[in-house]
Formats: sequence, structure tokens, C-alpha cells
Amino acid sequence: MKPDFTIERATRASRIAGLLSLVLIVALIAAPWWAGRANMRLLGEVYAFLALASLWNLLAGFTGLVSVGQQAFVGLGGYALFAAAIFYGVPPLLAIVLAGFVGAIVALPLAPILFRLQGAYFAIGTWVAAEVFRLVFAQVSALGGGSGTSLPAHIVTDIASTRDAREMVIYWSAMALGLGAIGVVYAILRSRAGLALTAIRDSEVASESLGIDIARTKLVLYVVTAALTTMTGALIFLQKLRISPDAAFSVNDWTAYVIFMVVIGGIGTIEGPILGTLIFFALRETLSDLGTIYLMLLGAVAILVMLKAPKGLWGLFSAATGITLFPLRRRVVSTDAH
Amino acid sequence: MDWLNAIVQGILLGGLYALFAAGLSLIFGVMRLVNIAHGDFIVLGSYLALVVVQTLGLNPFVAALIVVPVMALFGYVLQRVLLNPTLGKDLLAPLLVTFGLSIIIQNGLLTFFTADSRRVMAGGIETASVSVGPLNLGVLPLAMFATAIAVILGLEFIFTRTSLGRAFRATSDDAEIAKLMALDNRHIYAMAMALSAGIVALAGIFLAVRTNFDPSTGPMRLIFGFEAVIIGGLGSLWGTLAGGVVLGVAQTLGALIDPGYQVLAGHLVFFLILILRPRGLFPRMDG
Repeated sequence: MKPDFTIERATRASRIAGLLSLVLIVALIAAPWWAGRANMRLLGEVYAFLALASLWNLLAGFTGLVSVGQQAFVGLGGYALFAAAIFYGVPPLLAIVLAGFVGAIVALPLAPILFRLQGAYFAIGTWVAAEVFRLVFAQVSALGGGSGTSLPAHIVTDIASTRDAREMVIYWSAMALGLGAIGVVYAILRSRAGLALTAIRDSEVASESLGIDIARTKLVLYVVTAALTTMTGALIFLQKLRISPDAAFSVNDWTAYVIFMVVIGGIGTIEGPILGTLIFFALRETLSDLGTIYLMLLGAVAILVMLKAPKGLWGLFSAATGITLFPLRRRVVSTDAH
Repeated sequence: MDWLNAIVQGILLGGLYALFAAGLSLIFGVMRLVNIAHGDFIVLGSYLALVVVQTLGLNPFVAALIVVPVMALFGYVLQRVLLNPTLGKDLLAPLLVTFGLSIIIQNGLLTFFTADSRRVMAGGIETASVSVGPLNLGVLPLAMFATAIAVILGLEFIFTRTSLGRAFRATSDDAEIAKLMALDNRHIYAMAMALSAGIVALAGIFLAVRTNFDPSTGPMRLIFGFEAVIIGGLGSLWGTLAGGVVLGVAQTLGALIDPGYQVLAGHLVFFLILILRPRGLFPRMDG
């Protein structure tokens, strides 16, 4: 007898969102023809933070590894790009990919050491690691030591000869990385590893007794996140064309902002970091004149959200409407014709 | 000779790091809370000392009579209002709330006091020294070290001899059962945070007299305190002092090689201990 139901993940909202996002992606690809230079720069920055927020959320929201040291990999990526381009003449776009491997290679031995620390102590441990990176790169005089260095002009012009073409290439790379990171996170969460993560989150003991290798799952996710974060860092500093240890390993820029985005948008959801990034930039563009008060406000809002709505704004919206754009849950759908 | 001097200075510096660490260790022990804003609390204490010293013209160590109770009250209220609601759910809430608090304190201090680095003068004690054999020991570092020992002895006394200490240990062992025994956990936790903030105030005053400070210096104090806790072994107060000493000596020896290596040497020793003895030098036996 043929069963009269199927297992589905897609929802009506997710199908509509899928179609709309296709339209949006086409429009964004065409941005160099309709957006001004300043807007393209802004979009480039948004893409970088989309990637950072989605990746941090994968670690903290789904894997339970709360890191306040992801700036270690952002800075590492920036320095890897500068070193590869300046010392070995690697084309910058290739150097972004290369940076991903550097990030993974560094994260692989670092993770088991950091995993010896539990919970919040792990968080501070990641911060110490980032500080070590900052202090080490400040000692590398070939890369400008503590005051940093700029990307030489000939390397920049190698990307493309005209300024417009260059900005287009960098814009598209940023877009590929930003949306790609969201795609990778979604793909991981829908895979076996994602299922394992859900099980670990719900009960470590039960999932272990079912044969899930918790340590290995966490290690793999930490390394994948590190690799993608490093690539994002390389791209960020290709956009900036200048790097210094304090900028590269800034906890405020690459971790605090990212945490606020994810928490306000909704931690543990795929939509949350996207919404949070958009809100963050909308606020920044309108309120950044307030300076330090703006940051205090952001911190206060994040605390309020954490206390009153731990699933963030997207969580509130989703609970009220039942809409999910990136469905992870499987549903039983009746195919009974009667 | 330089080496001997560096080691002795490092040991004394360890007293300050133990003061940074003691408050962190205390609240982790009682309620498994790690306060990411701990370093910013220390710097807040420094600024409070600055304000009290400047407006009332007091010696900073006399100002402690005001700064310590004010910070303790701040800790108590903060715990009741903001931190108690985050406890017990998961690790994310307390972590992110204290992280948000850290950003708020830093930027608040930046708004009120600007980014200029400040210092509190203590009428000569900061430069006074006594010579012991071939060494010149600063009076201030000696006072820091003595204060660290006094704080640890005081904490031990509270934990083992007072009813508050019994309540701390009971809630630490099993918060639910402690509640059944009519202990008010919210109050106990707030008392622990008040005690922690009081120690933080002492650390802040010493910090203010010893070096320049500005609103962004908090996170580094958190990291030093945290390193002392992990090097010494979680849950052991004397271990924390030993951890502070190891960290202090690593830093002064690193600085002897090259001033750029001072902080880095401390971090590397921390990672070395984490690799070789992940439970620290003096782990608590019952784990």
C-alpha cells in the first residue's frame, strides 16, 4: 500500500521567499549598474557582516560554542591576504581562497586546546587566542609591525586596470562570500551534521548514546567556521586596502557588532543574523552621529532582547506568524487525495 | 640580578592579578556565572576612585571606604535586576548580557571621561620603596600582594566560618535543594556579586594608583584575571594566587627579553598550562 503522506521541509513562505530572493539576487548582481559608488561600498560591507553574523550564529546558536574571539580569524585572513600578495605575488582574489585554507590549518590545532575550556571560559579563551595573534602580528616588521601596512598599488591594479572594474570585481566577490556563507550554513544545518547538532543541543547525553561523536562534530564546525571567517577577513581587508594589528584583531568591530546583530535578529535561526545585519546597518546609517551613545544603546537593546525575547526579533515574528524562510524542520504532509 | 629582580617584581604583580581573579573565581564558584564585564567593573572602580579622590581630596586608600561599598551595592543591584533572570537557562544568556554590559560600561566611561588616560595620585606611596638585600621593593606592589593574601584569607573565613559562606557553598552544591532549605537564592547570588564587586573595587583602586588607565583597558584586566584562574585551577583560591604569580612572573620575564613580549609571554604560558595541565596547577580534588 502506498503511504498517503510525504515528508516535506519546504513551506509556502519558504517557496515564495525562494522566488523573491532569486529576483533580489539578480538585482544585487546588477548593482554596479544601478547603485552609486558609496552604496556599492556599503553593500560590500553588509555582505561581509552577513557572512560574519551567519558564521558566528552557526557556532554560538547551533553548536553551543560561544566565541568572543572570531576577530582572530578575521585578522588572520587580512594578514594572510596581505602576506600572500606582498611576499609571493599571489593575485588577491586567489589569496582570499588561500586564506580559507590558512584559517582551517590554524584552527585545527587551536580547537582541541580551546575545547578544554567549558562554556563561558571557552569564550574568554578564544579572546586570548585572538590577542596572541594580534601581539604576534604586531611583531612582524615586514608587515609594518604595530602600525600596519598598505596594499601596494601594483597589486591592487592587478585585479583590474580601471577603478570601476576593480570595484565591480570586489563587489561580486563580497556578494558571493556573503550569500555563500548563508548558503553553507543552511546546507550544513540541513545535512547529517545539522541533525547531529540539533540532537546535541537537545541532549548531549542522549545524542552521544545514539552514536553521535560530539567532539568531532564540534571540531568540524569550528574549523569550517574558522575557514569561512578567515576568507571574510581577507575580503574585508581587500576592501580596506590597509591593515594594522589593532584594526585586524578588533574585538569591537568583528565580534561585538556581530554578536549584537545575531542577538537582536534572533540567535539560533538562519533568518535572525540576516535581519540583525540589516537592522544594524539601518541604525548605523541613521544614528551613527550619536557615537558612543549609539553603542550603549545597541548594548542595551541586546541585553533587553536576551532577557525578554531570547530568540530575537525574528523569533518573535516567526512565533506570531508561523513563517520560516529557511525551514529546517521536517513536516508530515498528507498526500491523500480524498 | 636583572632576572632575580624581574622574578620578584613578577611575584608581587601576581598579587594584583590574584585580586582581579578572586572576584571572577568567587561568582563562578557560587553560581557558575562568568562575568565578561569583570574587567570593565575593575576600570569602573578605578574611575570611581578617581572621582572620589578628586572631589573629596582623599587619599585613594581612604577613598576605598567609599568606593568599596558603592561598588558592592552596584554589584548587588545589578545581580538582582539583570543577572538573576539570566541564570539557570543556558550559558548564552548570562554570557551575552554581561558582554552587552561590558560594551555599555566602556562607552559610558568614554562619554563621561573621554578616552584620555588617567591616573590617581596617592601621595608618594606609588614611588616609595624599601631595600631588601640587593633588591628594591616598591611599597605599592608589596601592599598589593599583602591585600591579595588578606582578601583570600577573608574569603576563606567567610566561606568556612559564616552562615553566608555556608549559604554560598550550599547554593553552589545544589541550588534547588538550597531553595528547599529556605535559602533565597536571588539574595545569596546578589551577595556573592556584591562581595565580588567589593574586591573589584580594591583591585580598581590599586590599578588606578599603579598605572594609567582609560575606558578601553577593562577587557585586558578580565583576560589577566581569567588567565590567573585557569593557570591556578578552577575553584581553588590559593591556586588563583599562584596562577596570578605565575602570570606576573611570565610577564616580567617576557618584558626583560623585549618590552613587546610582556603580555604575549603571559598568554603563551597560559596556553602552555592549558595544553600540559588543563585543570590548572592546583585543581580542586573533588572537581
